[in-house]
Amino acid sequence: MTLRVIVDRDKCCGAGQCVMLVPDVFDQEDEGTVILLDPTPPESLHAAAREAACVCPGGAIRVDESG
Amino acid sequence: MSTNDTEQVPDYPFRSPEPLEPPPQWAELRERCPMAPVRLPSGDQAMLLTRYRDVRGVLSDRRFSRQLGTDRAARIGSDGSETIFENADSASLTENHERWRGRLHKSFTAKRVNAMQPRVEQMTEQLVDEMIQQPPPADLLAMVGFPLPVWVICDLLGVPDVDRDKLAHWSNSMLSMTQYSREQMQAAQAEFDEYMQAHVAAKRAEPGEDLLSELIIAVDEGQALTERELLTIGQGILVAGHETTSNMIGKMMAMLLGERSRWELLLADPSLVRTAVEEVLRFDTNSGFGLPRFITEDVELEGHTIPGGTTVICSMAAANRDAASFEAAETMDLRRSPNPHLTFGAGPYACVGQALARTELQTVLRVLLRRLPTLALAVPAEQLELREGLLIGGFERVPVRW
Ligand code: HEM
Ligand code: SF4
Repeated sequence: MTLRVIVDRDKCCGAGQCVMLVPDVFDQEDEGTVILLDPTPPESLHAAAREAACVCPGGAIRVDESG
Repeated sequence: MSTNDTEQVPDYPFRSPEPLEPPPQWAELRERCPMAPVRLPSGDQAMLLTRYRDVRGVLSDRRFSRQLGTDRAARIGSDGSETIFENADSASLTENHERWRGRLHKSFTAKRVNAMQPRVEQMTEQLVDEMIQQPPPADLLAMVGFPLPVWVICDLLGVPDVDRDKLAHWSNSMLSMTQYSREQMQAAQAEFDEYMQAHVAAKRAEPGEDLLSELIIAVDEGQALTERELLTIGQGILVAGHETTSNMIGKMMAMLLGERSRWELLLADPSLVRTAVEEVLRFDTNSGFGLPRFITEDVELEGHTIPGGTTVICSMAAANRDAASFEAAETMDLRRSPNPHLTFGAGPYACVGQALARTELQTVLRVLLRRLPTLALAVPAEQLELREGLLIGGFERVPVRW
């Protein structure tokens, strides 16, 4: 199963929740905006990536698990 | 809710019958009247939102403005006093929001906050050491919860340790809704302004490693912020980051010690600290007023129309217990994950300091679990006295023994 992470940088409010949760997948620019490090993280990080998508205060993270 | 035309408009904020229980109105309104007219302390009317989807939707929607200082928006405080939501400076901050928020974020990214953690831990250890020098009982709020966030903010602003108490006092007065008079609030404001002006001048002469020095350097390079904005942001951080976090530390410990099984679960498995802190944030019934927003145009929300000119109040605490969004919403589950609670707001204005606040809360909890495993409330949880009149709710004291 692949899981694809998609971020919408326009919606990001830079609070860094995603980086705290999954530093291997997300980072932040100096100004706080999210940087996607790994759009297809390994299976071991899938649960954490889903959690980040769910709790992101900007609604800026989506995970696509369709294929 | 209404029996006839003379509809009863309830007073807001609601009072809880029990300090750790939600007011019964939340569940009632979520169920039957998700957009409920309420009367604010000023006497003006507003529309209260209690469902998760509505609250999240409004907070994420820029058409709902934070600018309440207009004639048409409802006033909040009693006796015509302005609150932090309404005063002119917060309006000017709203206008320049993009600019200064970007600047501030540099100091609150996950990386920067992680780097501050050892320092937060050291401060917490010191405060716990001081508390246990005296025999129990002690007030955990006064000894640890109240000072820690001011110490952290003083560090951020490069304020010397000797001035920590002054900042704590000003912070307390500036956030008042009804507890202090307008004159007292203005006096605190003036003293703080004067202090900060002198402090900024001193930092300008001799910059340090702190956030304030970084902001000053940005101003001097003509990059971003005006002198006035600089002072307002300094004040904003104090007001936004002190009382909120202090009260949350007190409430967290009351919730976790109030039922022994919760504390014991954490002692047995300290790896639950992270999810426990999130659940405490979700479960808090005393997070205060909620967030007011003002809408100038008619807006559709989940099939209802909110007419332009309405002031809406988003109750994050009520939304956090919406069964449509949280399984077993009325049960505290220290393992809950994911936990998309709205305690830090959502959307473009969501709390800038949330990574730092989480770090402070997690650190306090870890240090107390390690140092004082026998920690217990010194009074029954039902007897904890709520602090009223402030925008951010909390307890007067959290007496503990160990
Ligand atoms: C448990 C503790 C805290 C809670 C519950 C909390 C809650 C909130 C909420 C709900 C907002 C959104 C206001 C709005 O949408 O109008 C906010 C904004 C803000 N918070 Fe926090 N906060 C906490 C701690 C902190 C800390 C520790 C800091 C910094 C030291 C901080 C700095 C800020 C700032 C600067 C804003 C304004 C953001 C903006 O306008 O874009 N907060 N906070
Ligand atoms: S959690 Fe969401 S809003 Fe926060 S930094 Fe990550 S993407 Fe941006």
